[in-house]
Amino acid sequence: MKFTLSWLKDHLDTSAPLDVLTEALTDLGLEVEEVVNPAAKLAPFTLAKILHAEKHPDADKLRVCRVLTDEGEKQIVCGAPNAREGITVVLCKPGDYVPGIDVTLGVGIIRGVESHGMMASERELELSDEHNGIIELPSGEVGQRFIDWLALNRPATVDPMIHIKITPNRPDALGVRGVARDLAARGLGVLKPMAAAVIAGGFASPIGVAIDAALKAKGCPHFAGRTIRGVTNGPSPDWLQQRLKAIGLRPISALVDITNYFTYGLNRPLHVFDAGKVTGTLRIHAAAGGEEFLALDGKTYTLRAGMMAISDAAGVESLAGIMGGEVSGCSEATTDVFLESAFWDPITIAATGRALKINSDARYRFERGVDPAFTLAGLDLATQMILDLCGGEASDLVQDGAPLDVSRAYKLDPARLISLVGMDIPEAVQRKTLEDLGFTLNGDMATPPTWRPDVLGEADLVEEVARIASLTKLQGRPLPRVNTGVPRPILTPLQVKERQARRTIAALGYNECVTYSFIDAEAARLFGGGADALRIENPISSEMTHMRPDLLPGLLRAAARNQARGFADMALFEVGPIFTGGEPGEQSLLASGLLIGAVAPRDPFGSRRAVDVFDAKADAEAVLAALGAPTRVQITRKVADWWHPGRSGAIGLGPILLATFGEVHPRVLQAMGVKGPAVAFSVFVAAVPLPKVKTPTRAALTLSDLQAVDRDFAFVVDAKVEALTAVNAALGADKLLIDSVKVFDQFTGEKAESQMGVGKKSIAFTVRLQPREKTLTDGEIEAASAKIVEKVSKATGGTLRS
Amino acid sequence: MDGLDTLKAKYLTAVAGASDESGLEDVRLAALGKKGEISALMASLGKMDPDMRKAAGANLNLLKDEIDAALRAKKAGLADAALDERLRSEWLDVTLPGRPRPQGSIHPVSQVMEELTAIFGDMGFAVAEGPQIESDWYNFDALNIPPEHPARQEHDTFFMARAADDARPPHVLRTHTSPVQIRAMTAQGAPIRVIAPGRVYRMDMDQTHAPMFHQVEGLAIDRNISMANLKWTLEEFCRAFFEVPSVELRFRASHFPFTEPSAEVDIRCSWEGGQLKIGQGDSWLEILGSGMVHPKVLAAAGVDPAKWQGFAFGMGIDRIAMLKYGIPDLRAFFESDLRWLRHYGFAALDMPDLPGGLSS
Repeated sequence: MKFTLSWLKDHLDTSAPLDVLTEALTDLGLEVEEVVNPAAKLAPFTLAKILHAEKHPDADKLRVCRVLTDEGEKQIVCGAPNAREGITVVLCKPGDYVPGIDVTLGVGIIRGVESHGMMASERELELSDEHNGIIELPSGEVGQRFIDWLALNRPATVDPMIHIKITPNRPDALGVRGVARDLAARGLGVLKPMAAAVIAGGFASPIGVAIDAALKAKGCPHFAGRTIRGVTNGPSPDWLQQRLKAIGLRPISALVDITNYFTYGLNRPLHVFDAGKVTGTLRIHAAAGGEEFLALDGKTYTLRAGMMAISDAAGVESLAGIMGGEVSGCSEATTDVFLESAFWDPITIAATGRALKINSDARYRFERGVDPAFTLAGLDLATQMILDLCGGEASDLVQDGAPLDVSRAYKLDPARLISLVGMDIPEAVQRKTLEDLGFTLNGDMATPPTWRPDVLGEADLVEEVARIASLTKLQGRPLPRVNTGVPRPILTPLQVKERQARRTIAALGYNECVTYSFIDAEAARLFGGGADALRIENPISSEMTHMRPDLLPGLLRAAARNQARGFADMALFEVGPIFTGGEPGEQSLLASGLLIGAVAPRDPFGSRRAVDVFDAKADAEAVLAALGAPTRVQITRKVADWWHPGRSGAIGLGPILLATFGEVHPRVLQAMGVKGPAVAFSVFVAAVPLPKVKTPTRAALTLSDLQAVDRDFAFVVDAKVEALTAVNAALGADKLLIDSVKVFDQFTGEKAESQMGVGKKSIAFTVRLQPREKTLTDGEIEAASAKIVEKVSKATGGTLRS
Repeated sequence: MDGLDTLKAKYLTAVAGASDESGLEDVRLAALGKKGEISALMASLGKMDPDMRKAAGANLNLLKDEIDAALRAKKAGLADAALDERLRSEWLDVTLPGRPRPQGSIHPVSQVMEELTAIFGDMGFAVAEGPQIESDWYNFDALNIPPEHPARQEHDTFFMARAADDARPPHVLRTHTSPVQIRAMTAQGAPIRVIAPGRVYRMDMDQTHAPMFHQVEGLAIDRNISMANLKWTLEEFCRAFFEVPSVELRFRASHFPFTEPSAEVDIRCSWEGGQLKIGQGDSWLEILGSGMVHPKVLAAAGVDPAKWQGFAFGMGIDRIAMLKYGIPDLRAFFESDLRWLRHYGFAALDMPDLPGGLSS
């Protein structure tokens, strides 16, 4: 919403300076976005008088002038044909910046004659395109500031333009008068009364109006108009053109400019039909659908069923409340017009405007809500203005329907208001504020003015009083603590686990990423996603069409980008939501890490080696340990198909999947543009069971004074026998005595096969026997060893390696 | 006794002359070994009469101790010399780099979320969460944004696809964290104090916008919480978060469908030399939106607006992270450029807490 200071002062009697007004507007909730003050660039220029002018000795078209200025007589060389003795001119001195020629003046020497400044034309000062000569002022004193002279004689040229942001709840502030009312309520002036126009109709309108019954209840409760004949539609007067130009509108003709003036001045959009092009009665109706309509913007729209239209015998003449038609629009040749003023249902207007993608000033206002009680008064005021500016004769009023009844009242509770806002605003001030804003108070009931459709409850009264009182003045008051003493913990167990997972992975050397929750369809499909339920209907790009089913696609894309930047080794991770379905809540928390390249840079100690599955597994186990997962878990090969089939595993607890780890499938890497191999892990943070007993107390530490005994075993087994089978078998040999079983070697490959047979390998582990009551005898150790050999042989089908 | 002195001189000379451990051992055996000269003399004591034995015994013991001490001292000396000799050969180039240790990092968004939690946790706010695919009722209707409300259009909403045979309005990607207010109040009722940090989504991508970003919602409902309490809470938060001695906030009237009265909040700052300084200067920077929770919102969450009242606020986490840590570009937050992650990231053990200061 844009307006000028003088326009504001048409409605507000105020002496407040511009900056006070703009600060107040922002504070009131009408945030000032921009102030353009044309006076600023003209500030240095002063009035001067040419005392004497004679031809330049060396140039026919130049004159050498003696000019009386506020700093005495100066010599100025001037090329303007009208530079002559006696005229009052606008002086630009050396050092001044002249906006129209983008030059900062200096003392010049023109064909050998010194020149101390210049006398400006209108174009040089960006006042108009006039450049036939320098400005000749009919009045003014030498030394007077030019902007002061303009303010007195041509105020529109130095009229500051103010651009404010209007929140959706304030349609009334889409008219200058609404803005003025807020400022008056704040105490920055007095809202000027608005005189009503009284139009005496001289004849019956040849054009009638009729609202279809179906629309009267909601779509268009009230439609009014008047024929005005014998008008002359030339350019509008300068002051009106200046105002429209100042707010960025192009003056078109008096009739069109008048409707714009009412739209911006009073939030009263109007439409003018060329009466000569309207046949019969204007009918307001819902479109049947399929009607073609050539609008004023030159585009043809096809109406859909239910959109509101204004039609005559020839067809649709106007898209109600949004845009008029080209056919019945006014031109310079127009002599008879029909002026429309109506109230349109905001929701219907918004839906139609959205569907047809038309953004007009009328739509913008009608969809936010205009004053239903101002339909007729606005029509009369606009009729008067047309008669004043274009001449002609007005007909009787024609109308259908009646102003929408919006009367309602809400209770003003002064004590509750103070309690909510936390400012001590006396009841009398609260009541006065509401009255200043146009509310009617009856006891403690407040009736909102007809121009405030947004006021729909007691809370809105609170807001009105608070914003006029100024929230800038609000003083903070401590929020009492819920509990006295040391604050209680506030995080849920899952929130704590999320943090532990994140910090643990970072501590393991991974860099945390935050990648988008939506990914491209191909990547989603590679990771088991891509279902239609997870598709975004209106994606912003083809790379962001589906909610991610996993964190790895985002990390792999990030890895590919980093590889393109020249990074070969990286450890990336993310902790965040993945989406399993399209319903709210079908998401879960995942922590994933991705390793690519080598574990370390080249160094003198040979630390560098390629990352492998067991790095990923170790990291997954470290995260699980940090989250308090039990140590005895199952490792299976039941993994999704984006993992390498032979080099990946799942860590589970019975039926619960805790984590997966392994090499990412080479085909997936290729599709994602990642130079591999790459290993990764994913931990399902929420799947890790919480401890059954919540106590900080640890289990008692049992230490044995008796010497533990370590015994090593090596078995020859088939190459595909898993080490864990042997470990579990050994552990089961004597659950009381055996404290731990740890694999310390495996021997595989050609050399192993040459020693142990084709398809064989050796695995070696150490078993720790921890006696509980007395030192073990050789016999007992032998017995335990024999049991271990037996169990392991049976479980693995292998033999003790001799 | 001259014999003993001669003996003493002989062996002390031999000890001093021994050049290594085996030479020294030879001297020890010759003197004190089982068949050594002094051992033999000791053995001969048995044949003496008691008086002589007493005197000769004492002298012999003295001699034995003296030689033994000399032997030990020499042995220690030889060991020291050997160690010194070894150390002389054990020289390494200590300017070589240490073994590489991987250095991970925490993303600024995660770090700032923990900072928020530390501050608001101290003021008794719990952390609430909610789904990111959200029904339009929670995202809009319950927050007093009916379908035709112009504010709905301004939200640039992402919609989820809806199957042809499903007549429900499409779900949305939550456009703000405000729906968590409704879920938290519905679950917990009043009184309540929560913050809700998390991802939100808007269809907007340019120099300063990303289609996904992070917000934190704050909600406090009780019997008589006022907008003045809101202002204090935000002042305390900003002072603690930006780690400055004091801040000044300015409330400006504004409009949000879910709060009434509503206020945009500006913080006093300066931009001297292109460097943002919070808490001083002549500029104001808009940092968040806030207000008193609208009675309709309370009612939608099953809280009686006649008995309960309170405030809500929402601010951009990425934005305050940018302001606090001087990070220039929002979109880079989601690019995962290793150089960026390492430069703007935080160490794994940099856990923000109030006693130690959030960022120190």
